[in-house]
Amino acid sequence: MLEIKNLHATVAGKEILKGLDLVVRPGEVHAIMGPNGAGKSTLSSVLSGNPAFTVTEGSVTFYGKDLLALPPEDRSREGVFMSFQYPVEIPGVSMVNFMRTAVNEHRKYKGLEPISASEFLKLMRAKKEMVELDNKLANRSVNEGFSGGEKKRNEIFQMAMLEPRLSILDETDSGLDIDALRIVANGVNLLKNKDNASIVITHYQRLLDYVVPDFVHVLYQGRIVKTGPKELALELEEKGYDWIKKEFDAE
Amino acid sequence: MNEQSYIDLYKQTAESIKKHSAACLNTHRDKAFERFSTVGFPTVKAEDYLYCHLMEYLSVDYGLNINRLNIPVDPTTVFKCDVPGIYAHLYFMLNDQFYTNSTVASKSLPDGVVMCSMVEASERYPEVIAKYLGKQTANKQDGFTAFNEAFSQDGFFLYIPKNVLLETPIQLINILRSDVDLMANGRNLIVLESGAQAKLLVCDHAMDDVSFFANRLTEIFVGENAHFDYYALENTHHKTNNLSQLLVAQQANSKLIMNIIGLNNGRTRNQIEIDLNGEGAETWLSGMLVSDCNQKTENFTILRHNVPHCTSNELFKYILDGAAEGAFTGRIVVQKGAQKTEAYQTNRNICLTKEARMFSKPQLEIYADDVRCSHGATTGQLDEAALFYMQTRGISYEEARMLLLLAFTADVLEHVEIDALRDRLHLLVEKRLRRQESKCKGCVIC
Repeated sequence: MLEIKNLHATVAGKEILKGLDLVVRPGEVHAIMGPNGAGKSTLSSVLSGNPAFTVTEGSVTFYGKDLLALPPEDRSREGVFMSFQYPVEIPGVSMVNFMRTAVNEHRKYKGLEPISASEFLKLMRAKKEMVELDNKLANRSVNEGFSGGEKKRNEIFQMAMLEPRLSILDETDSGLDIDALRIVANGVNLLKNKDNASIVITHYQRLLDYVVPDFVHVLYQGRIVKTGPKELALELEEKGYDWIKKEFDAE
Repeated sequence: MNEQSYIDLYKQTAESIKKHSAACLNTHRDKAFERFSTVGFPTVKAEDYLYCHLMEYLSVDYGLNINRLNIPVDPTTVFKCDVPGIYAHLYFMLNDQFYTNSTVASKSLPDGVVMCSMVEASERYPEVIAKYLGKQTANKQDGFTAFNEAFSQDGFFLYIPKNVLLETPIQLINILRSDVDLMANGRNLIVLESGAQAKLLVCDHAMDDVSFFANRLTEIFVGENAHFDYYALENTHHKTNNLSQLLVAQQANSKLIMNIIGLNNGRTRNQIEIDLNGEGAETWLSGMLVSDCNQKTENFTILRHNVPHCTSNELFKYILDGAAEGAFTGRIVVQKGAQKTEAYQTNRNICLTKEARMFSKPQLEIYADDVRCSHGATTGQLDEAALFYMQTRGISYEEARMLLLLAFTADVLEHVEIDALRDRLHLLVEKRLRRQESKCKGCVIC
């Protein structure tokens, strides 16, 4: 579904991604790991269309479509979901209003009529229960005053509502919050099926205690330098990244 | 016309002005004129008028309807500014004349409640008028105030007797209607006796493609334990110059909710002065503005805590697009001895373009030492991170922007305590932001 070829990207004039390749097929879970500064956050930003990042070379196709040519909202409507490392608080915009607008924009893109109020509330209720989102959170402004864990749960809730084909979960340095990690991992497992896929971006192996990846990729100096089965993550946890750095720098 | 031409005009027409005026407005007229002759119109050199653009439009040769010629318009047929579901008692001011027509049923008002012209009030309620009229203007040296007192001939009079609760809101529609450039000087008086309660919605409209200059002065007296809601909604046009002076005195344990909403205008100055004269008085003063093109709007507010134990909350929010200009002055004066005062002020503004300008001036003067006061003013742009976050959920940039802007104004509208009006205002604001029709149904020009 997703094919990244020779991706180069810069932020503030500095090249961070330097020829990244990745293929994701339906039903797969990919973990992207790597030391600080390897380009993990840049990858998620580029895929979600953050305007602060510039792609200088390479391509990203999603079901044959040029993803990079699409504005962020169309990427979402095509089925790419980004779970933020630090979800943004939006005071004054209610969760209900926010989600209804999002769901309807997705429907419009598919040529469907807006969802009826009762259908929408039913959908919201079902998904809330599914991801165990507290009712009181659903009645508040988007992420406003939510704890770290609540924000993560809200991300997974939005993911459940929008039913993406590809989810990108940016957990680059929130590894210290075990609860948040568990929520994200549970969400990924819960929503996983044979037609969708996930990319989990993380610094720590810990997340992978809860979510079992089909592939583990190591990102270093803007490229994927090593790919292996889930055991690679354990090896990284044990030995750190130095041996990979050495291996790569020697080449 | 310049200052001197108005001085000359007054000298030539004083007799006509007085002859066609509400009698009560003649009492201080000559004195006011003398004051105006001395102080003249304000200039931008005066600190309080630094951001006022009205003076630039005084040179237009406006007509004044001194002889009170009848305006051949039936507002009830040409104009339906209905806020659906509000079921208000409906009244009209045509320029500066109160529209008296038997078809407008003021009969349905509860016993003792009065809504009529100042002309009528002078005749029927001279003792009430004598007690309240001019009390708030007595010590004012302001040129525009003096001008109004010299030239105003009519206005509306709203009276709620002691302990009377008027459930149904009163809606007053100010219509500016003329074939030539016109100046309207209205003088209004609102009195709520102790324990009285009422809600008033004032809508400002301009109907013709001519220049208008409105100088309206409203004195409001809120008696002990009385509750008064005053909502103002301006939906005029780019040729309208609108000065609204609202001078309020609040007695002990009274509550005032004042909400000033601007959706369309030319140049506007809302000059709001509130005196908290009795302990336990409470004020909720708020306002919002959606402005674009070359619209210029100023809310100049003064809250005077003259006695202890009063509370005031002030919240103004502006959205400025195009080359719009906004100004806010929030002066809070806590007089010596006004201990245990609580005064909170917030002004937040969004400039959507580089050309939009905002001038925000919080001014706290505190002469007591046991008070709680706070103020905050911010001017900025929409939160790009929030916009991007919403986009990643499939919401278009335009729609995301709309959600943020509506959210921005929502807390001001929450202060509106008439449900139907609040819903209607949400809709009007949304339509205005979407640049769809925001005028009330039936308006032919704006």
